[in-house]
Amino acid sequence: MTIPPLPAPGSPLEHYVSGKPFDPKSIERLSPAQERVYLASQWRLMWWKFLRHRIAVVSGVFLAVLYASILFCEFLAPYHYQTRNIDRIYAPPQSVHLFHNGRFVGPFVYGQTYTLNMTTLKREYTRDTEAVYPIRFFCRGDSYKFWGLFESDVHLICPAKGGTLFLLGTDRLGRDVLSRIIYGARVSLTIGLLGVTISFFLGLIFGGLAGYYGGVVDLVIQRIIEVLQSLPTIPLWLALAAIMPVTWSPMVVYFAITLILGLIDWTGLARAVRSKLLSLREEDYVLAAQLMGASPVRIISRHLVPGFMSHLIASATLAIPSMILGETALSFLGLGLRPPITSWGVLLTEAQNINIVALYPWLLAPAIPVILVVLAFNFLGDGLRDAADPYK
Amino acid sequence: MLLYIVRRILIMIPTLLLTSALVFTIMELPPGDYFESYMAELQAQGEGVDKAKVEFLRREYGFDKHPVERYVIWLTGMLQGDFGYSFEYQMPVADLVGSRIFLTVLVSFATILLTWIIAFPIGIYSATHQYSWGDYGLTFLGLLGIAVPNFLLALILMYLANVWFGTSIGHLMAPEYIDQPMSWGKFVSILSHMWIPVIVIGLAGTASMIRKIRANLLDELQKQYTVTAKAKGLHPFKALVKYPLRSSLNFFIGGIGGILPEVVSGAEIVAIVLSLETTGPLLIKALQSQDMYLAGSFLMFLALLTVIGVLISDIALAFLDPRIRLQGKSTR
Repeated sequence: MTIPPLPAPGSPLEHYVSGKPFDPKSIERLSPAQERVYLASQWRLMWWKFLRHRIAVVSGVFLAVLYASILFCEFLAPYHYQTRNIDRIYAPPQSVHLFHNGRFVGPFVYGQTYTLNMTTLKREYTRDTEAVYPIRFFCRGDSYKFWGLFESDVHLICPAKGGTLFLLGTDRLGRDVLSRIIYGARVSLTIGLLGVTISFFLGLIFGGLAGYYGGVVDLVIQRIIEVLQSLPTIPLWLALAAIMPVTWSPMVVYFAITLILGLIDWTGLARAVRSKLLSLREEDYVLAAQLMGASPVRIISRHLVPGFMSHLIASATLAIPSMILGETALSFLGLGLRPPITSWGVLLTEAQNINIVALYPWLLAPAIPVILVVLAFNFLGDGLRDAADPYK
Repeated sequence: MLLYIVRRILIMIPTLLLTSALVFTIMELPPGDYFESYMAELQAQGEGVDKAKVEFLRREYGFDKHPVERYVIWLTGMLQGDFGYSFEYQMPVADLVGSRIFLTVLVSFATILLTWIIAFPIGIYSATHQYSWGDYGLTFLGLLGIAVPNFLLALILMYLANVWFGTSIGHLMAPEYIDQPMSWGKFVSILSHMWIPVIVIGLAGTASMIRKIRANLLDELQKQYTVTAKAKGLHPFKALVKYPLRSSLNFFIGGIGGILPEVVSGAEIVAIVLSLETTGPLLIKALQSQDMYLAGSFLMFLALLTVIGVLISDIALAFLDPRIRLQGKSTR
């Protein structure tokens, strides 16, 4: 083998140049599907990853339906939540049937006959299998003020004329439990959302300040967080709820309670924001922004927050259920919302003692939506958290 | 190390001062004071109210002084071991709380133990069998434990216990032992009544503990040293318990400080439903009736326990995990 002679010094080197047009992907071809993934934006990737988490998607849809329903609860509920049926106190649930004596009549309920047992003084309801009350749909029933604006009396379902329709029984004033649950969703579902919004902003502001500035600011905010976390939450809620004057209108109490829930909940989020900021602010792109003279507000809001926004949303979602449960706990102790405002917590105060569990177990029904919503938020939060880091 | 401990203890002082100020402010915020609600109650019962007597009481307890002055008196009193006087029970706070603290500690410890005993095996199983049906089922059960409001669970369990076992409803002991001195019979009675509160209070904590163990262990199991250990043929038990589990326990040690307020605050409502003789109902009642020294001193006591707990878990972390640095500044 002979080594070719080196070219003379100064003369151009000979080398091979392909005449084909340049194609950087010639070695490794991307399929259209792969290309779609590689070119997708971060939010799109998160969306795809979220869709893979089936239970989270189902929970999300379930919650969306529930939140949509609170817009139309007057229409969906068969009765108005304050309609009293004095002759139907503590009536047990009526179940829906389709066939009467082997004949199809569509959804209907049997009537109830009510007798007062004079020896035990117990109200006894027996099913009257002769009285058939077909359920009416898109019908006229109790009148209500839709969104407090205009008068209407159209309902999705109503009892037959002269009959009753208590699918989940009635309470001590003969009010339909199902209707009250539907109305109660309005308060119970929004209280968590508003509370989390408040704690979200507080956590973002305080955590942002502590994480970005560090030093004394960090030290003070850390101490405040430590103090708030060293006190058990329920006494704190109680103490704050006790401040509210009795004279406040229920609406003001409602907002005050969301504020209380938010004021105590922000510490966890603030910690998360702080630790994220502490690691992110060392990145080169932050230094670059600082050198270009960007203000701290701009650096935090434009460059740092988007980096962990998805994580924040996931943890905020996981914080909502604790607020919903917090409201039930406060109401249970008689320090939360008060009638005439109806929430699931207020409804559960009716089921406070063991006699109720033994005699009128249907009054525990408001617990079912509470449990379902809390579960759904947990699954949704899990899915969001998994999706928050789509590159993993 | 010593320097670190000293610094941590010094940091506790401003934290506790801040807490005391916050607690006092919260106690002060509701309009009126205990005597006003006391007067209103007497009037509601149709009894005559001696204004002079109320004024005298107010002066006696220092309620005519400026709040800041009272705060200083309260604080210095606590430093000397004087926790104030409960108006409602006409007893020094220390005696009142002291008589109930034993049962609270007993219930809390049993709860914490139960939480760990249940949560660890389940958490480890879920992590090692990720996405299996067992994992899904146990995760769902755990979430259910979080989702059910615990006062409701207490009610239902109480009802079932009464129907099935005929256990007397509520309380921590059979009725004949209440207000009796401690004896063997009383102790046995307490143990046989304790399972309902322990299960109810521990459920939510167990559920969140399972999730944390699962998440932390999963992180470790994906690391390369675990893969290497398995590839080398290390005994599966060692490759799970000795290395990954041990290093995933940081969260657990770090969380010890926070357990106490969690257990106590979860226990209050349950304790009210079950009418337990623990400190929870006492605190709630004190807050409701503005019995401010009882509520305030008790909250401070809880805060102190928490701060000490956090201190202990920080020191334990620094001891147990050589990766944790004491120099405060993170690596830049």
